[in-house]
Amino acid sequence: MNKQTADHATLADQFNANEPRVNWHDETLWWVRAKRDRMAWTIPEWELLRETASDIKRHALGNLHEYLLEFEENAIQNGATVHWAADAAEHNKIVTDILLRHQAKRIVKSKSMLTEECHLNPHLAEHGIEVIDTDLGERIVQLAKEPPSHIVLPCIHKKKEEIGELFHEHLGTPAGNADPQFLTAAAREHLRKEFLQAKAAITGVNFAVADTGEMVVCTNEGNADMGAHLADVHIACMGIEKIIPQRKHLGVFLRLLARSATGQPITTYSSHFRKPREGQELHIVIVDNGRSRQLGREDFRNSLKCIRCGACMNTCPVYRRSGGHSYHTAVAGPIGSILAPNLDMKANADLPFASTLCGSCSNVCPVKIDIHQQLYKWRQVLVQEGYTPAGKTVAMKMMSGVLSTPAVYRTAGKVGRWVLKALPGMANNRLNPWAKQREMPAPPAQSFSEWYQKNKQSK
Amino acid sequence: MKVGLFIPCYIDQFYPQVGIATLQLLEKLGCEVDYPKGQTCCGQPMANSGYEHLTHACNSLFIDHFASYDYIVGPSGSCVLHIKEHLHDPEKETTAGEIRKRVYELTEFLTDVLHIESLPASFPYKVGLHQSCHGQRGLGLAQMSELVASPFSKPEQLLRMVSGLEMVELDRKDECCGFGGTFCVTEEAVSVKMGKDRITDHVKHGAEVITGTDVSCLMHLEGILRRQGATIKVMHIAEILNNQIHEQANS
Repeated sequence: MNKQTADHATLADQFNANEPRVNWHDETLWWVRAKRDRMAWTIPEWELLRETASDIKRHALGNLHEYLLEFEENAIQNGATVHWAADAAEHNKIVTDILLRHQAKRIVKSKSMLTEECHLNPHLAEHGIEVIDTDLGERIVQLAKEPPSHIVLPCIHKKKEEIGELFHEHLGTPAGNADPQFLTAAAREHLRKEFLQAKAAITGVNFAVADTGEMVVCTNEGNADMGAHLADVHIACMGIEKIIPQRKHLGVFLRLLARSATGQPITTYSSHFRKPREGQELHIVIVDNGRSRQLGREDFRNSLKCIRCGACMNTCPVYRRSGGHSYHTAVAGPIGSILAPNLDMKANADLPFASTLCGSCSNVCPVKIDIHQQLYKWRQVLVQEGYTPAGKTVAMKMMSGVLSTPAVYRTAGKVGRWVLKALPGMANNRLNPWAKQREMPAPPAQSFSEWYQKNKQSK
Repeated sequence: MKVGLFIPCYIDQFYPQVGIATLQLLEKLGCEVDYPKGQTCCGQPMANSGYEHLTHACNSLFIDHFASYDYIVGPSGSCVLHIKEHLHDPEKETTAGEIRKRVYELTEFLTDVLHIESLPASFPYKVGLHQSCHGQRGLGLAQMSELVASPFSKPEQLLRMVSGLEMVELDRKDECCGFGGTFCVTEEAVSVKMGKDRITDHVKHGAEVITGTDVSCLMHLEGILRRQGATIKVMHIAEILNNQIHEQANS
C-alpha cells in the first residue's frame, strides 16, 4: 500500500540531524497544544463532553449498518447519488468515472485524508485529470510534491521562507518575499482562478448525519464551499465511520473538534451540504477500505471513533520531534500508528513501536480513544504475526530466560557490573545506541540484594 | 502491616542506594518491611516490546515471592503499573488478582495508605520534579495537564514536607523524558532529544537536582547529563524523602 523506503526510527534520525529545526517544530506544535488547553479550560464540562462524544461514537459504530442505510436513504431522497466502495481501488475508480463522464480535466479538492489514504491524486493523474488542492497548507505541500505531514496542519513542517521560495517558483511571487499575509493573498488569487474554472469539486466529510442525509464539512478557509458551490459536480468522499445518528449530536462534536484541533472555539466554516443545487450533481462515495476489518478487531475498534482533530499529534512528544513524514502514512502520529497496521501490517509494523507509551494522546483525545493502550496491543499482535526482526525475538527470549531464573539473573548482574567497571569500552561505544549520546550507569560495588543479605537479617 | 519490598531489576543492579533509601524510609515510618529474596523483574521490558507471551515465568516468580504480604511497595511507577495491568497466571489467577490490588508505588503508598503528613527530612536544594508518565497517567500519581480537572501531585505533596527543599516550576510539567523502555535504543535520536529537552526545562528554572518516582527515566536523564558534563544531580525521590537533617545531596 505504502511505498516505504525507511522505518520510523531511520526517518526520525534524519529529521534530528538538524536540531534547531527540531526545536522549532516541537515548539510550534506545543504552542498549538497549549492553545488547545486554554480553550478546553473555558468549558467547565469539557470532560463530560469528551465522554458524551465517545459514547455517541460507540453507539454509532455498534449500529453502523443501520445508520449507513438510513443515511443513504435520506441522501438519495435529498437528490444525491450514493456510491459504495469496498476499498481504495473502488473508490478511485468511482471518482475517476464520474470525472471522465463530465470531461473534467482540472478539478478542485478540499481537504480529505481519505483521498490521501486512497492515493486518489496520483490515480487521477494517470487518467489525465489534474487535482488542485485548495486547502492552503495542502496546496503548499502539493507544490512541493510532498504528502501532508499533519492531518490538520498539512505543511506545519515548512518554514515561511521555504513557502516563499515555492510560491516564487510556482506562482511567480517576488523572490525573497516570505511575508505570510502577502503569500496568502497570492495563494488566494491563484486559487480563485482554479475555483472559477473547475467543473468538479471533491470534498471530504467531517460528519455524515444519518437522520437527515446531510454532510458537514469543517474548514477555516471556506475552500470546500467555494469549490462545491461553483462546480457542476460535487463529489463528497467519506469513510463509513463518519456517521453520527442525529443532527443534534453535532452540538457535541463541533464544540470538541476545533478546540481540540487548533484551540479555536469552532472552525470558521461548518458547512452543511444536503441537496445539490438546481442542475448540479451531488455524489457521495462511502468507503470501507479496511474499516469494517478494524471494526471486527475488538481491541482496535475504538480507533474508528477518531474525528481527525490531530490533537494526539500536537501533544505527542515523539511526533513533535520526528515530524509527520517519519510515519510514512497518510495519517501520522499516534492515531495513524494504530490505524495504519490495519491497512498494511508489514509496511507499518514499525509504527506502534514509535512511541514511549506515555499516554498523553489518550488524554487529549476528544472521543477518548485509548490510543496508547492500542499501541501496546498492536505490538503484541505484530510480534505474534511475525513482523518483528528475528534478532529482537532472540534477544527477548534470552532476556526472558535470564529474568525468569533468579540464580542466572544474579550471576548475569554480577558479570554485567564487573564488565562495566573493568572494561567500560565494552558498553560505552558507538555500537551501543544507549551510549551514543548517553553514559552508561556507573556500576555500583554491590547490588541491592547483596547489600540486603549483608546488612539485614535474611529471611 | 507486612510490606513486601519490590525492588525492580535495574534498581537492584545499578541503583542499590534507591532500594536502601526506600527500605529505610518505610522502616522509619513504622512499616515492617521484608525483601523477598530471589525476585527479579516484573516482565515489562518484554511485554512493552510486544513479547508479553514471554513473561509467564516472571509473573509466576513474582506471585510466589509476593503472595504473602499485606502490601507490595516498589520505588518505580512504571514497574508497579505493569504489575497492576498485566500480572496474570492461569494457575494462580486469584492470587494474581489480589497482588494487582495490593501493589503500590512508593509515594502513593505514603500518601494514600500511610497518610503521611510530615517527614523528618531535610534537603536544602532547588528541586525539579520529573513526573514519569506511567506513574502519573497510569497510576494517577498526579493530575494530567491534558485534562480539565483539579491539579494534584502525590510526589510533590511529599516533597513539600521536606525542610529546606525548594520546588522549581517547569514550562512543561508532565512531558515524557523519552526513555520508553526499548524505545531508548530503538529510537535513539528521538529518545535522547526528548531527554535533552526535559533537562533544558529543569536547568532553565534553576533546578540543582532532578528527582522523580521512576529510576528508568532518571537513569536516561542522568546518562545524558553525565555525557554533557553537567553539574545538575539526579536523585530518586526516596533518597530525598529519606535524607536526614545535615546530610548532603548525593552523600
